[in-house]
Amino acid sequence: MVERQSPLEPVLHPGSHGDFEHGVEIILSETRPGSILQLAAWPGEEKTLMAGIHTITGLTLPDGAGGGVTNGARSVFGFAPGKFTVVDEAEGLATAFADVVTPAIGTVTDLSHGRTAIRIAGPKAEWVLAKFFAIDFALPAFPIGAGRSTMHHDVFAQIQRTAADQFDIYVFRSFARSFWKALCHASEEVGYDVQ
Amino acid sequence: MLITCPYCGPRDVIEFTYQGDGNRQRPQPASQNLDAWNAYVYDRLNPAGDHNEIWQHSGGCRAHLRVVRNTLTHEISSTAFARGDHNSVARHRAEDKP
Ligand SMILES: [Zn+2]
Repeated sequence: MVERQSPLEPVLHPGSHGDFEHGVEIILSETRPGSILQLAAWPGEEKTLMAGIHTITGLTLPDGAGGGVTNGARSVFGFAPGKFTVVDEAEGLATAFADVVTPAIGTVTDLSHGRTAIRIAGPKAEWVLAKFFAIDFALPAFPIGAGRSTMHHDVFAQIQRTAADQFDIYVFRSFARSFWKALCHASEEVGYDVQ
Repeated sequence: MLITCPYCGPRDVIEFTYQGDGNRQRPQPASQNLDAWNAYVYDRLNPAGDHNEIWQHSGGCRAHLRVVRNTLTHEISSTAFARGDHNSVARHRAEDKP
């Protein structure tokens, strides 16, 4: 298998940074999933597609806009009407879906090499993200597993909450390095670890 | 200005792209009715008040929306998917459920 290079490599410096003498309140990391897919259902085929996602990943999508679920290794969330992002630590997810999501149901787009997955965790994760995005990050408004599509200036971002104080952000690979540096700057004042 | 996307909920106007007057009636592509084409391209109601508009949530779910915006106050009185068939599917916000 081809070794995948990260666009963050020149700027990802493990260790503690910023004002960390009083403690580290943010942890930044790149999760480097093997598969990142976008699945889209034709109108009326949404339930069939959701059933197919369950067949392949074992994850049961909740009803409702932006609903999602994660089990650590695999994650899925809705990001638009009838459209879902599916992520797996392992490679080869697109091949697995090819037989289940037939052309009559919808489409499978493999974005594994087109997106970079950045994880921000820690007690100040909501607070730092609120500097970037004009959406409500509070837990009741943005439950665990749920996904949101939004943007930071021209950087389109899909965000999934994967724990109470943890978010996975999917950005275009070409924007990832700049976005990572912006996240680092925004985390400086509370102290952050890069892992 | 906030626009409440039927999928994403209330979002800042910066996430949206204006797609034009929602009252336009596009003639059939093969139509040679020049008056109808002229009306489609040029005639506008230009109301001082509620206006039917098409917007795209380009910085979010990317859905095209029908929006009624007041041209005097910028108040948004209604939003819906431009493609109506999505309204019948379970696509409303999960938090809105009882
Ligand atoms: Zn939207």
